[in-house]
Amino acid sequence: MRRAYFKFSWIAAALLAPQLIIIFVFFYWPSAQALYWAFTLEQPWGGGNTWVGFENFRTVLADPYYWGSVRVSVIYALATTVLAMGMALTLAIFVDRQLAGYKAYRVAIIWPYAVAAPAAGLAFQFVFNPGAGIFSYINSVAPGWWDLSKYPWQAVTAIVIAGAWKQVAYSFIFFLAALQSIPRSLTEAAAMDGARPLRRMVDLQLPLLTPTFFFLLVINITDSFTDSFGIVDTLTGGGPFRATDLMVYKIYVDGFRGFDYSGAAAQSIILMLLVMALTFVQFRYVERRVHYT
Amino acid sequence: MIERTPLLNIATHVILVFGLIVILVPIWLAFVAATHTLQTVNTAPVEYWPGDQLWVNLAAAWVQSDFGPKFLNSLFVATGVVIGKVTLACITAFALVFFNFRGRMLIFWMIFITLMLPLEVRIVPTYAVAANALTPFQTIMDWTGISWLITTLSGVEVALEWNLLNSYTGLILPLVATATGTFLYRQFFLTIPDELVEAARMDGAGPLRFLWDVLIPLSKTNIAALATIMFVYAWNQYLWPLLVVTDRANYGMVVVQLSDLIPDQLTTGGGTPTWHLAMAATLAVMLPPILIVILMQRWFVRGLINTDK
Repeated sequence: MRRAYFKFSWIAAALLAPQLIIIFVFFYWPSAQALYWAFTLEQPWGGGNTWVGFENFRTVLADPYYWGSVRVSVIYALATTVLAMGMALTLAIFVDRQLAGYKAYRVAIIWPYAVAAPAAGLAFQFVFNPGAGIFSYINSVAPGWWDLSKYPWQAVTAIVIAGAWKQVAYSFIFFLAALQSIPRSLTEAAAMDGARPLRRMVDLQLPLLTPTFFFLLVINITDSFTDSFGIVDTLTGGGPFRATDLMVYKIYVDGFRGFDYSGAAAQSIILMLLVMALTFVQFRYVERRVHYT
Repeated sequence: MIERTPLLNIATHVILVFGLIVILVPIWLAFVAATHTLQTVNTAPVEYWPGDQLWVNLAAAWVQSDFGPKFLNSLFVATGVVIGKVTLACITAFALVFFNFRGRMLIFWMIFITLMLPLEVRIVPTYAVAANALTPFQTIMDWTGISWLITTLSGVEVALEWNLLNSYTGLILPLVATATGTFLYRQFFLTIPDELVEAARMDGAGPLRFLWDVLIPLSKTNIAALATIMFVYAWNQYLWPLLVVTDRANYGMVVVQLSDLIPDQLTTGGGTPTWHLAMAATLAVMLPPILIVILMQRWFVRGLINTDK
């Protein structure tokens, strides 16, 4: 650790204060407020909140729509993660061979990271729309077969594909960086032993990617739980029949359209616990992350 | 590289080109739709090659969504968030690394834990705070009896109010706290040798001078890396501006404007969906962060990997 320090003075306090005040007002206070709302119920005709214990949680957990939302969130999280990471890993391994055009491939795979989620949602709404896009061919063969606004499974498929499309770039960047930090001497030693490129991929590169793989797995799942609002809002609007009502979207709808602050707060607390659990798992793996120096 | 593998090389290109097609096709279709007229887009056969209507559609979409002031707003807010985040991350990490005081680790963890509370999961109460950013202080003063004391002593009723809705402050301030940025800077500051600190002190430099004249010039790559990811992050904000800004004419951001372009029954009144305009607007909104990522690729990748987020 460091030996040379400046003496603590008002300067240090003044430097720390802005960030601390902001996280107090915009992070800790709202989180405490969510806890308070989750355990109380607002009186219909004013007069403050009354303590109701776990009643709000009981209501939420007894609501079949909530379980529908959990179910589709889990499906969305797993499906986007598997699709995005599988694609990112394949592309990273082959881009890493550094053939001609390697830099062009890299840029072309990275840029979707910069696309705003609602913009991706809107573009995919055009691609998937039954009237004008390529899917209108399907409908000209079998009229009315493809319609996102009618069939739940099609809407779920659409948000999964849009979500995965958006996440490929992130995983790709990490996989490629991990691949490029594999020491060249290892690759050369394997080649001397007669391992051809495909063999090296399976027996050398994939095992060395394991820490990155687990890290990305958790990050991707966490992100798909918290960061899905933009895509859902522009692509399906939670429908049809609440089929794409992901957890974050439901919190938004219940809180801001239904004005059910207590219900929304209880859902927020559950989601917070979920994110915390995932982050905890992530830190266990981050701790064990292998660093090649 | 090490050996000749002509067959595998061909297979590699085939796989990569296939991957690129999967990634590029949706945006290509959107782009093609943005270059045709309403009739061409909505009638079979589907177009695969761009037409000549791109500028016409862009101009129409620009006027329809009133993009001029909204691009300025987005640019202003994104720049504000970037400057705020970089500054806050830098000074907080500086205080945590170069000053010795008790509770240092506690403060570090307090900042770090905010990573677990993304805006989306605390959206409803954060919105309530934004309606009056001084609520926390008011509540604390009410509880501790300070408000009562002030009221009895001076006769002034304590009612703190600072409404952040429909303001640039409301758009920027809640987004500038940054655990990842602070972490990135802390990691960098920890690599600064002690000798540098000692030399600066021997030359009579105070902490602020050391920060300004030694550390900031050294952390230029850090700033570039952080600024790139944070610009993309801020420009693409959707949920927060959607809630905080109801006065879209004055404070609307471009990404939020997209939600008005979804061509459904509401926007077209049952008419033909205006995909050509929606796609032109989508392309315009996407472009600035994409350019940033492509132009600043090196710093962007470094920033992303070093912050783990």
